[in-house]
Amino acid sequence: MPNFNMTENRHTMPVQDPSERRQNFREVALGYDEATAIEEARRCIQCKHRPCMSGCPVGVMIPQFIGLVAEGKFEEAYRVIKRTNSLPAVCGRVCPQERQCESKCTRGVKGMPVAIGRLERFCADYHAAHHCEAPCIAEKNGKKVAVVGSGPAGLTCAGDLVRLGYDVTIFEALHVAGGVLVYGIPEFRLPKAVVRREVEDLQALGVKIVTNAVAGRAFTVGELMREYGFEAVFLGTGAGLPRFMNIPGENAKGVFSANEYLTRVNLMKAYEADSATPIFSAKRVAVIGGGNVAMDAARCARRMGAEVTIVYRRSEAELPARREEIEHAAEEGVLFRFLTNPKRILMDRENNVTGLACVEMELGEPDATGRRRPVEKSGGTFTLDADCVIMALGTSPNPLIKQTTEGLRTGPGGEIETDENGRTSLAGVFAGGDAVTGAATVILAMGAGKTAAKAIHEYLTK
Amino acid sequence: MYRILKKESLNSTVTRMEIEAPFVAKKALAGQFVILRVDERGERIPLTIAGYDRKAGSVTIIFQVVGGTTMALNEKSEGEFLCDFVGPLGNPTDLAGLRRVAVVGGGVGCAIALPVAKSLHERGAQVTSIIGFRSADLVILEREFGEISDRSILMTDDGSRGEKGNVCLPLGRMLEAGERFDEVIAIGPLVMMKYVAAATAPYRIKTIASMNPIMIDGTGMCGCCRVTVGGERKFACVDGPDFDAHLIDFDEAMMRLKTYSAWESRAREAHCNLMKAKVK
Repeated sequence: MPNFNMTENRHTMPVQDPSERRQNFREVALGYDEATAIEEARRCIQCKHRPCMSGCPVGVMIPQFIGLVAEGKFEEAYRVIKRTNSLPAVCGRVCPQERQCESKCTRGVKGMPVAIGRLERFCADYHAAHHCEAPCIAEKNGKKVAVVGSGPAGLTCAGDLVRLGYDVTIFEALHVAGGVLVYGIPEFRLPKAVVRREVEDLQALGVKIVTNAVAGRAFTVGELMREYGFEAVFLGTGAGLPRFMNIPGENAKGVFSANEYLTRVNLMKAYEADSATPIFSAKRVAVIGGGNVAMDAARCARRMGAEVTIVYRRSEAELPARREEIEHAAEEGVLFRFLTNPKRILMDRENNVTGLACVEMELGEPDATGRRRPVEKSGGTFTLDADCVIMALGTSPNPLIKQTTEGLRTGPGGEIETDENGRTSLAGVFAGGDAVTGAATVILAMGAGKTAAKAIHEYLTK
Repeated sequence: MYRILKKESLNSTVTRMEIEAPFVAKKALAGQFVILRVDERGERIPLTIAGYDRKAGSVTIIFQVVGGTTMALNEKSEGEFLCDFVGPLGNPTDLAGLRRVAVVGGGVGCAIALPVAKSLHERGAQVTSIIGFRSADLVILEREFGEISDRSILMTDDGSRGEKGNVCLPLGRMLEAGERFDEVIAIGPLVMMKYVAAATAPYRIKTIASMNPIMIDGTGMCGCCRVTVGGERKFACVDGPDFDAHLIDFDEAMMRLKTYSAWESRAREAHCNLMKAKVK
């Protein structure tokens, strides 16, 4: 019988002190050291039925890799993860593990679940620091596949296909690969060097990446197949147009979508003194919404020196963001106004934002999503002072592909319709990620990329 | 990397560049735009396409030096490279079925109005071009407009060249005299386009304005380029950049354009100081 560590609590991961980190964009969580990783891995009791794996959209062989960590075989553990997960360093940092693998962990029944995400991150970071062996390149099968979009869905799909011998080219609209991993998720949560390393790993395997290539404009899906000789196309174009509330004042100066604010800060590095990209300098920022994107925007604004309040129409219990992000935001001094809904954005005569007129809400009956529906309380509006408002309300799929791809079936919100294997209404065209589901998580997009890669392989070998 | 094939100064503040970008040139149409970055630390800025040569694989941009990024762009020479150049973005100007058109350009907007007028001319439409500038030394593309227009009118605010006054003056005169157009296409400063729209509204002549708001990605992701058109929110990058000028909320668009003016004036000053330091 192996010697398990039966302590109920997981090992804490060191983090940068809140008072310090709210003034910089360096990574908040610092990762386990080797001794802590081994001790945490020893908390895994190696369940035969592996419940944790049922919670992983990309099917990481969790007990197996954790067992290797417990034995100090870190590189082997990394290889086990990498077999099914193209982006371990990313997932270990941004997956909502508490709602996936860790929520199924037997140790969580009495005490805390094994810190699977932290161990995954440890393995990926260990590998990056210690190993740089030549990649094992699969024998080419001579078939060309195009992947549109280099976010988590596209990178995963490309990674799986290149390992099967396909000649894979990724087309990316922006000037750098990574999609939401580079424009959306902030440096302090996911260092861009980590993303770059994952992308470079794929390039080393033979994946070609073409940046500044906008699908639907520079080329259509049909042209990729007819003129450029791709036998299959994967559309991982991501979430597109940001949603707004449709309240008065949303076009005032100082109102931004979270996408715009985050893109300026993350992709364009507007927080660095020598960046040529302007950023709105605000004293009081109100972030509307309660998801991970809202937390990211709030924590960026905090680091840019503003007083920041998250305004959410439900209560704390309904916040859709990862627990850790909420806690980190609060530690950094982000304030929360729950059960509060803006009705109008107030502005001065030159259209500068001066505040938000809000109403108090209370929770009523559960809605279709099972969450209790917020309803307006009687009692009139009150004002929150703000000179900047960031809308983090989700997005609707990018309209360009739909507009320019004849025969591609889309849903009422513009999302691409697929079957459970990622097949669209067009033969040879597959899709996955936010372009199909609307705004979701990195790992769900990766799962969709993986499923589609399998379906593409079946399609091209039948 | 995208090579600068040709660079030419059109007047003291306006420069024309031909950029090697075969993939953009292959698909570009009048009315579309590109987004470029000068260097690795650079900002992404949108510029409307002023011309393209599919055979040579080149795209022409014409820009006015107004801020830090256009200053940096203007410092680049022939043979040097731009870091990023992506396009064509936005929808092309819809020219189908137009027989009689007035193309109204203002300032550097004339650079964008030219390919539209040229496309119309090539399609056999009757083109009246009205181009306006502040003064004689800022006039650009006068000859080019003359070549492709059935009638070409040059205006300057101070009367130092052509007729004195703004572009609405001759347009209003024509309309009052009973002339009619299938469409009026206005490209220039927001305030000019606003007044062109006001001039044509009483005659119910369809009028199109080409919007050039602040943008980052240009592909429908950041939402920065939103414009209110007929009370609805539109995104210039995916829904435009051309919109029905009678429905655009120009006053709001003018305010939105000033979102970063405080930041930009600081950047411009910093850049000028840097240049001064280099000169010393």
